[in-house]
Amino acid sequence: MSKLSFGNIVFGALVVLILMFLILPVLVIVPMSFSDTRFLTFPPPSYSLRWYQAFVGNPAWMDACKTSLIVSILTTLIATPLGVAASYAIHNSSHWSMRYLRLMLMLPLMVPIIIAAVGVFFIYSRVGLLTSIAGLVLADVMLGLPYVVTAVTAGLQGFDQTQEMVARSLGMNRFRSFMTVTLPQIKSSVISAAIFAFIQALDETIVALFISGGQNQTLTKRMFTALRDEIDPTIAAISTLLTAASFALIMLMVFSRRMAQR
Amino acid sequence: MLLLASPALLVVLVLLVVPMAWLFWQSVYSDGFTLENYRRILTESIYWHTFALTFRISIVVTLLALALGYPVAYAAAALPPRWGAIVLALVILPFWTSVLVRAYAWLILLQNSGLVNKALLFLGLIDRPLSLVHNEFGTVIATVHILLPFMVLPLYSAMQKIPAELTLAGASLGGTPVHVFLRVFLPLSLNGILAGMTLVFVLCLGFYITPELMGGGRTIMVSMVVSRNVELYNQWGAASAVSIVLLACVFAIFYVVGKLISLERIFGVK
Repeated sequence: MSKLSFGNIVFGALVVLILMFLILPVLVIVPMSFSDTRFLTFPPPSYSLRWYQAFVGNPAWMDACKTSLIVSILTTLIATPLGVAASYAIHNSSHWSMRYLRLMLMLPLMVPIIIAAVGVFFIYSRVGLLTSIAGLVLADVMLGLPYVVTAVTAGLQGFDQTQEMVARSLGMNRFRSFMTVTLPQIKSSVISAAIFAFIQALDETIVALFISGGQNQTLTKRMFTALRDEIDPTIAAISTLLTAASFALIMLMVFSRRMAQR
Repeated sequence: MLLLASPALLVVLVLLVVPMAWLFWQSVYSDGFTLENYRRILTESIYWHTFALTFRISIVVTLLALALGYPVAYAAAALPPRWGAIVLALVILPFWTSVLVRAYAWLILLQNSGLVNKALLFLGLIDRPLSLVHNEFGTVIATVHILLPFMVLPLYSAMQKIPAELTLAGASLGGTPVHVFLRVFLPLSLNGILAGMTLVFVLCLGFYITPELMGGGRTIMVSMVVSRNVELYNQWGAASAVSIVLLACVFAIFYVVGKLISLERIFGVK
C-alpha cells in the first residue's frame, strides 16, 4: 500500500465510496431532524427545533421513551450477571455438555427474529405477560444473552485463570475469589457486554411489535407504526437521538477498554 | 458449574426452545395429526413465490454485500493500523445504529423527492423521478446497507490473520499483484468469505423490517407471511409450518457450514 500506483488510487476511491454508502445514510437524518418544514427535503430550507419539541411535548412519545429506557436498564441489570455466570461456567468446565451449552446460548442469534417473536408472543399469551414491562425485559434478556456471553468469554480467555486458583488456595471461597480477583480484571469486557445488552434492548423492534402495547409500548414499536403511515420529521428527531445514544455508548465502551489497557 | 449457567439456560429454553417445539407441534397437529399445512406450502403458489422471492433477495443481497464488503475489509486489514481503525470504526458505527433508523434513512433518501432522485435529476441522468422505494429495489438496497457490517467483520478477522510476508513472498517470486491476490490472498480469506456469506444470507432469510417498510406491500418475504398469518388471520397452523420450513433452512445452512468452519467463528463478530 506504500506505492501510489494507478490501481491503488482506483481501489482507494472505491473503498471511500463504499464507506460513504455505509455512513452517509446514518448521518443524513441529523440535518433532516432540525428542519423547519414538514417535508423531508434535503438540505432543509431553514432550521428549527420544532420536531424535537414535537417529540418532547407529546406525552405518547414520552411514555414510549420511558418504557424503552426502563426496559433497557432492567434488561442490562439482569442479562449481564446471567451472562457472566454462564460464561464463567462454560469457561471453567471441561464437561462435554459445555460446548452444547454455548451453542444453546447462541441460539437467539441463529433463530430468525420473527420466529422468536411469534414464539414469545405465544408463551406470553398463555401466561399473561403480554403488554407488560416484565415480559419485554425477559424477552430482551434472552435476545441479549448471546452478546453478553460472546463479550465475557473473550474477556475470560485473556485472563490467567491460575490467579483465581491462588486466591482460592489461600482460603477464599470461589465466589469471593471471583469477585475480588477475576472480575476486576475482566471488568472492561463486562462493561462492553452490559452496553451490548442495553443497545440491543433499546433498538429491539420486532419482538416488541408483537408483545408490547397498551400502556407499555416501546419507542421502536411506536416509531415502526408511525413509519408505516407517514414519514414525519418527528421520527428524524427521535432517530437522531437514538443514534447519538448508541454512538455515546460505543464511545464509552472504547474508552473503558483503553482505560483497562493502561 | 451447570448450576451457574442454569438461569441463562432457562431463559433461552423457556422463551425460545419451548416455543419452537410448540410451533412444530402446531404445524402438524390440529384435531389429529396432519401434514395439510406443509402440503399447502408445497402446492399453493403464494407460498412458493414467497420462498422463491426470499431466497432470490437473500442471494442478491449476499453477493452485493460480498462485492462491497471485500474491498473494505481488505483496506481495513492492509492499511496501517491507524487508518485501518478508522475504516473499521466507519463500519461499526452504522452496525450499532438501530435497524429501524437505517431503514427510515433509506426511505428518506430514496423517495421520489429524495436526495438520490434529486441528484440524478440534477445530473440530467433521468427526466422524472425513479420509483426507488416501496419495491424490491428499495428493499435490497436498505438490506445490503444493514447487513454489510456482518460481511465486513468476519472478512476482516480472517484477513488480519494472513501474514503480510506471504504476499510479499509471492510478489518476490515474480507474481503479478493480481496473480498473488488470486493464488495466495483470496484462498486464505475463504474462511472469512464463508462466515460472512453465511451470516448475511441467514439473517436476510428472516429479515422483517426492511421488506415491511420498504417493500410497499409487494415484496412479501417469508417473515411477513409468518407475521400476517399470526397478526391478521390468526392462522397459527399456517404460520407455524412456514416458520418450521424457514427454521429448517436456517439450521441446514448452519449444519453444513459448521462442518467446514466453527460456528463460534461466525458468531464471534458482534
